Amino acid sequence: MYRYDELDQRLVDERVEQFRDQVARRLAGEITEDEFKPLRLMNGLYLQLHAYMLRIGIPYGMLTSTQLRTLAEISRKYDRGYGHFTTRQCLQLNWPKLEETPDILAQLAKVQMHAIQTSGNSFRNVTADQYAGAAADEIEDSRIWAEIIRQWSTLHPEFSFLPRKFKIAVTGSPHDRAAVRFHDIGIVLHKAPDGEIGFEILIGGGLGRTPMIGQTLRKFLPKKHLLSYLEAMLRIYNLMGRRDNKYKARIKILVFELGIDELQKLIEDEWNEIKDGPLALPQAEIDRITEQFAAPPFQAPAPASPGTQVRKLDNPAFDDWVRVNVAEHKQPGYAIVNLSLKGLGRVPGDLTAAEMDSVADLSDQFSFGELRVTHEQNLVFAHVLEADLLPLWQSLSSLELTTPNLNMISDIICCPGLDYCSLANARSIPVAGRISTRFQDLKRQHDIGELRLKISGCINACGHHHAGHIGILGVDRSGEEYYQITLGGDAGENASIGKVIGPAFSSDDVIDAVETIVATYLEIREPGETFLASYRRIGEKPFKERLYPEPNHAAA
Amino acid sequence: MPLLKGGKPVNDPWVHVADEVAIPATGAVIVGLKRWRRERESLLKRGHPVGVRLKSNHTAGDVADDLDHLGVIALAFPVFTDGRAYSNARRLRERHGYQGEVRAIGNVLADQYLFMQRCGFDAFEVREGDGEKGWDKATGMISVFYQPAADDQQSVASLRHRD
Amino acid sequence: MTEEEQVALKIFTANRLSDGIVVFLCGDGSWTEAPDASGVIGSTDMETRMKAVADAAEEAAIVVGPYPIEVSNEGGDVRPLSLRESIRAYGPTTHPEFAKQSAVANKGY
Repeated sequence: MYRYDELDQRLVDERVEQFRDQVARRLAGEITEDEFKPLRLMNGLYLQLHAYMLRIGIPYGMLTSTQLRTLAEISRKYDRGYGHFTTRQCLQLNWPKLEETPDILAQLAKVQMHAIQTSGNSFRNVTADQYAGAAADEIEDSRIWAEIIRQWSTLHPEFSFLPRKFKIAVTGSPHDRAAVRFHDIGIVLHKAPDGEIGFEILIGGGLGRTPMIGQTLRKFLPKKHLLSYLEAMLRIYNLMGRRDNKYKARIKILVFELGIDELQKLIEDEWNEIKDGPLALPQAEIDRITEQFAAPPFQAPAPASPGTQVRKLDNPAFDDWVRVNVAEHKQPGYAIVNLSLKGLGRVPGDLTAAEMDSVADLSDQFSFGELRVTHEQNLVFAHVLEADLLPLWQSLSSLELTTPNLNMISDIICCPGLDYCSLANARSIPVAGRISTRFQDLKRQHDIGELRLKISGCINACGHHHAGHIGILGVDRSGEEYYQITLGGDAGENASIGKVIGPAFSSDDVIDAVETIVATYLEIREPGETFLASYRRIGEKPFKERLYPEPNHAAA
Repeated sequence: MPLLKGGKPVNDPWVHVADEVAIPATGAVIVGLKRWRRERESLLKRGHPVGVRLKSNHTAGDVADDLDHLGVIALAFPVFTDGRAYSNARRLRERHGYQGEVRAIGNVLADQYLFMQRCGFDAFEVREGDGEKGWDKATGMISVFYQPAADDQQSVASLRHRD
Repeated sequence: MTEEEQVALKIFTANRLSDGIVVFLCGDGSWTEAPDASGVIGSTDMETRMKAVADAAEEAAIVVGPYPIEVSNEGGDVRPLSLRESIRAYGPTTHPEFAKQSAVANKGY
């Protein structure tokens, strides 16, 4: 866990006072909304449908129990007693007052948190693998590099007024849990044949209006060159990204319009000028940050405790939870626990202040006082003793955070939608609720197997619907809420963009449409085949035919 | 427009000359890029200081070969959200080693002074009424800099590992 | 029909600058959290006048981004016509407990 030193702390403290001054000037009418808006966005403050919305940064999703308790306290004191975890590992509050926001930021700064650059046309929260430091398949801890990038990108004087927002994600495992291929820059850690660890740099991924999968810009970049290479990429983007059309301003459009080869040449020409300059990372700084993410003091495993002994055959609910929500840890005797925030009746990603306090206490008891937020809007206790799984499950069960639905159809990624967001065309949360209700039978969910369903309330795709095995996009048809379905998207290392299956469904019909899609899959699947694999094998035809049957020619 | 240099309002020795206006016989003038390219020889022969105004879609490279002749390069912010001039300023300073004045013109607001200064701007054409007080506050509020830039601020990494 | 009857009924809405809460412009130039019949616009003349009042309030740093929305007015009960504006007026449909007490009473969607 990265702990601020005196310099990190001073920056966030100064930033709070800077924003306090800006807010005072705005309230006094000394600066206009046009002049103020980018400043408040650079401190994560939106003006939304009902009120302001504050997006608090959770760098690469890592939280200590102390920080989570502070989020609980803030949501109680300044908001309505709950927060919403987002698809970029942040927390959103929906009713902060502008005049109180500097105080909120001051309280966050006390626990080494902030809302710096969680919005605006600059770098957004750097996200990473939620299993970092724990995953059995990890090459190196992605958080080290996410933290290094976070610092370099914070209040970067050259890149604070980019053509558009800029999102960077890092994965330290070949199995990509951070959706790096859908980011402006995606970074994949690799080990070269000689053992050196370096980065594959992907460029131009993204969702939104024009979803694109990132392309490899550089296959292997040595560690010390990371920041100079990123600086070259950003400089070219800053100078050449489109500024005439907000919907064509991301770097993915520059990749598309120039071509990857031409863009690579421009970037590498720039990089050659600067790579031996002051951005070359001193090994001492890499080491200092690496140490901050050292493994916690693991206990040696008890003599005979293979994972399978964890199962208690007289407790099928616990069994199910271990099988579905618990993942393998690289340390013998430990496990990675996923806390599902997608139980029946819950708003996906929401957690009340009381729940935050309870989860914080449990993380102290069971996972070294830390937890992670996933981009799929769940939480992770990364370092749980296998011997502790049963007592942890019992505690989490009383909080109703143990629904064994990780990656199942009710583990829905869902944006706030028209209930909260001024950009939305339709509501998303009620649709997620109705799907969750329709498929609530766990046996049925487990039979269906892995099926990632993602819902966005508008084309900005904050719900990642393009990357859903089933994606649902809310649209406005003459003032009515309609829902367009896509199939076959995926956010992992074999990324794909979902294909629109046909005309949109009304709010009344969309749940039946999902049911039809699932039924079709169950009919056509081969043994052991997931929904995505079936779709990739057989294509859209059977789904399309069942969803949009031909009119009966015999009808008069 | 008031000109801030070194954080204070100063008299401006330079005059902006619009494209269609005749160049005065004497005095320091700033002309647009196209005009500089067209009238380079006569401007140099004129024997008085000359500078160039770059729009936000021009680049430092457009004047890189002439830096020895140019006393000032004015980089425009047509709106403050158009951040291209930040990169051009850095390229002028760091890549091309330009030592003359780099001036911010256009929509230049106090909340961006510090970013501009860090990128190598040392002169600022500001709105009437924006002056010294705004400068001190805007550039004084942040004292920690994570990344090296065109100014001589020590980055955090270099501070942490001073040997 | 008179010109007034032909014009769709409207009211000006905005977010209050200090706390972001959705507010509606009243006939006397004040802003309230529930749409008030005194602010309902039935003629282009009135819309022009109210727009000037709204813009002035934005200039004076009281509200942000005022704009007109269509409403119905049943004997003083003023309701936005669109789902989006209803959600703005009454709160998220997912959390009826957060619906603005001052606006809601028994109002639904």
